[in-house]
Amino acid sequence: MARIVVITSGKGGVGKTTTSAAIATGLAMQGRKTAVVDFDVGLRNLDLIMGCERRVVYDFVNVINGDANLRQALIKDKRTDNLFILPASQTRDKEALTTEGVERVLGELAKEFEFVICDSPAGIERGALMASYFADEAIVVTNPEVSSVRDSDRMLGILASKTKKAEQGGGAIPATLLLTRYSPARVDKGEMLSIEDVQDILSIDLLGVIPESQAVLNASNSGIPVVLDEDSDAGQAYLDAVARFLGEERPYRFTTLEKKGFFGRLFGG
Amino acid sequence: MGIFDYFRSPKVRSASQAKERLQIIVARERAHRSGPDYLPALHREILAVIRKYVHVDDEAVQMNLEREGDCEVLELNITLPEKD
Repeated sequence: MARIVVITSGKGGVGKTTTSAAIATGLAMQGRKTAVVDFDVGLRNLDLIMGCERRVVYDFVNVINGDANLRQALIKDKRTDNLFILPASQTRDKEALTTEGVERVLGELAKEFEFVICDSPAGIERGALMASYFADEAIVVTNPEVSSVRDSDRMLGILASKTKKAEQGGGAIPATLLLTRYSPARVDKGEMLSIEDVQDILSIDLLGVIPESQAVLNASNSGIPVVLDEDSDAGQAYLDAVARFLGEERPYRFTTLEKKGFFGRLFGG
Repeated sequence: MGIFDYFRSPKVRSASQAKERLQIIVARERAHRSGPDYLPALHREILAVIRKYVHVDDEAVQMNLEREGDCEVLELNITLPEKD
């Protein structure tokens, strides 16, 4: 049975789509058959981050409405084997994602794939609720910044009460924290919440820490998931997170400030 | 910290402010979330009943639900306006 994983955050712009693309690609690179689904109806962007925007013919809502079948709508990734993308629709009708429709499509995907990654839209409206409703587990993407941490906590509350599992009395689905845009230098100066600070507040297990990195913008500019830039700090940090997700133990990298030499310390920086 | 930083006035570290503020707001919002659904409606209705007799503003009724073991305590604090 497939693992259905929602990538969520509450707040927008923290890196949900970047993370969905990176984790899905990372899993596929490990030989795991993976589908990544864009739930941001009306504001489709996963296709652009995955670099398949010109190959979109049918979308999620077409499949729900029966205008196309899943096989027609799924886009096979050109760079990575075992990876398929289901793009969101550009319709402005927010009610397009019906509970029954989403359940049927996810059910079909679960039969064929080992992992189904649900890229949630920002906010706590229908799209976000549907992205997490049928999930088995959640990855909460958070920036070390007050509004993002607060919204993540709100989202954890929703994961504890507004999923199918919770409504059936099964309690909260397991959630792990992925801290993105982390800057050890600013943490060292006392200008940014540390990993421990964020964990103290949210009290969930850590899955990964992605450093603030130019590689992320470069990757999205070219439509190549950042994990394929294997020399980059962010790419490596995402690959570590994928390995941990699959149960491996990996030490954390890019989370501490590299010690400066004598002159560096004397003159600051 | 470089040598020049010692001449600058010490600043409050903003990260610790962020953490403190977050701890307070998150605790408050969690308490609110775990409370029963009828609390906001109850709050509105109590306010409406009081307003039949005295004119008070929205802040006049403070409700606080606390859990002590198996027991839930609903604390209600109503501030009446001072007489002119």
